[in-house]
Amino acid sequence: MMAGRKVIRKVFLFLLTLPVFFFIFFPVLWLFSASLSTQVELFAIPMHWIPYHPTLQNYLDIFFPSLAASTVPRTFAVSLINSVKIASGVTLVSIVIGSLAAYALVRIPFKLNRSIQLGIIATRMIPEVSLILPLFILASSLQLINKPILLIVTYLSFALPYAIWMMAAFFQTVPVELEEAARLDGCSRLGILFRIVMPISVPGLISTAMFTFLLAWDEFFYALIFTSTLASKTVPVAIAEFIGRYTVNITGMMAGGILAALPPVILAFLFQRYIVTGMTAGAVKG
Amino acid sequence: MSIQSQTLVKRHFSLRQQDARTAWLLVIPSLVIILGVTLWPIIYTFILSFYHAPTGINQVRTFVGLGNYIEMVTDQLFWDTIRRTLYFTVVSVGLEMLLGLGIAQLIHSHPWGWQFLRFALIIPWAVPTIVNGAMWRWIYSADFGALNALLMQLGLIKHYIAWLTLPNAAMNLVIVADVWHTMPFVALVLQAALATLPIELEEAAAVDGASAFQRFWSIRLPLLRPAILVALIARTVDAFRVFDIVYILTSGGPAYKTLTITFLTYLNSFPFGKQGIGAALSFLISIFTVIMAFIFIRLLYRPEETQ
Repeated sequence: MMAGRKVIRKVFLFLLTLPVFFFIFFPVLWLFSASLSTQVELFAIPMHWIPYHPTLQNYLDIFFPSLAASTVPRTFAVSLINSVKIASGVTLVSIVIGSLAAYALVRIPFKLNRSIQLGIIATRMIPEVSLILPLFILASSLQLINKPILLIVTYLSFALPYAIWMMAAFFQTVPVELEEAARLDGCSRLGILFRIVMPISVPGLISTAMFTFLLAWDEFFYALIFTSTLASKTVPVAIAEFIGRYTVNITGMMAGGILAALPPVILAFLFQRYIVTGMTAGAVKG
Repeated sequence: MSIQSQTLVKRHFSLRQQDARTAWLLVIPSLVIILGVTLWPIIYTFILSFYHAPTGINQVRTFVGLGNYIEMVTDQLFWDTIRRTLYFTVVSVGLEMLLGLGIAQLIHSHPWGWQFLRFALIIPWAVPTIVNGAMWRWIYSADFGALNALLMQLGLIKHYIAWLTLPNAAMNLVIVADVWHTMPFVALVLQAALATLPIELEEAAAVDGASAFQRFWSIRLPLLRPAILVALIARTVDAFRVFDIVYILTSGGPAYKTLTITFLTYLNSFPFGKQGIGAALSFLISIFTVIMAFIFIRLLYRPEETQ
């Protein structure tokens, strides 16, 4: 009888997972399926859940933009490159500069240490909207609008505090005894950071880099305000730009959306071990 | 005190000083950048909020004192927007917490395929916010949307509906789209916390005859409190400043029914060209955020945990 109840419980729990799976997969699978159809087939009623004539044309157009008929794939091709450039720049600066700060905040007691830590948490919470006006006024007068460097610098307002917090969480796990031993041997603080803490924390640094990249890849608001030419837009802005237009190539945009979602989804799968650390570091606390 | 120990103390002291110098050297590059792109804009915004500052060529700023703030609080739209932002925050975060806790609990009970479920949760979380917004806009589409197709094939509707133009449904539809994207965060954080809970307490309670609900309510939930608090705070802060998904799904429409506080700020600052009002709203949001941050830090971040 116990065994019977156990089986019923198993079946019941399994049935509970089905609506969850449906909620998770229905939107993305439909989007993917629709991105494989032609514009004409997309509008079929009743819906062809799986296209009768699936085609990779929408993807090919993005990869070979010079051959594409509409402006959508051409813009996506450019904006994908812009997004990669900007997110990589932000990540590089955040890791290099942020790792120094993270180490000092975690391991060196000094006046204001705690105030700086708390200030950095608070910074993470301030919405971009409330910083935008002065940044926009300054950027306009310096003629930096549409320049990638402007997005890289402004993205640091959220990426750098995030990276500092996440790296601090990893540096905290390096045993203090190791550092003390090195100090007794006459190693300087910087020597400890570069020869001991950093090498031990390589997985942490890589996963911090990945999450910082995702944050920058996801960013929309600064890019919306700071870019006006098609050549300078990032992927999110390119999507927003086209979505309001009625005559636009929708299936082409869907393919663009899938391609924009692929790098973060793949990176997240590769680094799933660190996701919870990454999430909570970004949230509030290391 | 012997001479030897005095020199030792002295050396130790100078080492500390040296340490502090190194610390500042390491922290300053980050500090300069962070202050430059956050603190300076906040101060500038504060000053700007006392000026009538229309955008455009040949427009001049004039000092109006509290004029912008008065104009802001006497506008009914402002209060409606606050109310809607709170509605979005409470409903969206509430649903995420309930669903997240439920799904975490479900994964923790290890049904068939639980590893795959945990794996699958990563997808909605990793999809970029704007792609998520676009996807749901297409799902809700009146011409080819999956929601219409699904409801029609189930026989629930007779013809396609323009969902996002329904004034009473629009905000809730935005919330569904937001929940899809952010619920996995809550579920994964809580599931990770559940996995680390000691099992002995619950086993002992079970032996003593406590029901499953009692065990959940009086043992598991209190132990989960820190993780729940982290997820709740992170999500509340994020939901309050929601912008991207509103921009892409509804742009605040229909008839301002999905207009949130950050969107109102954006509208004033850029399309409406009223920088003074935009600055006043921005500054208000900053102040509110700092207060929230302060409360949360007090709740979560106790001194003994740091050093």
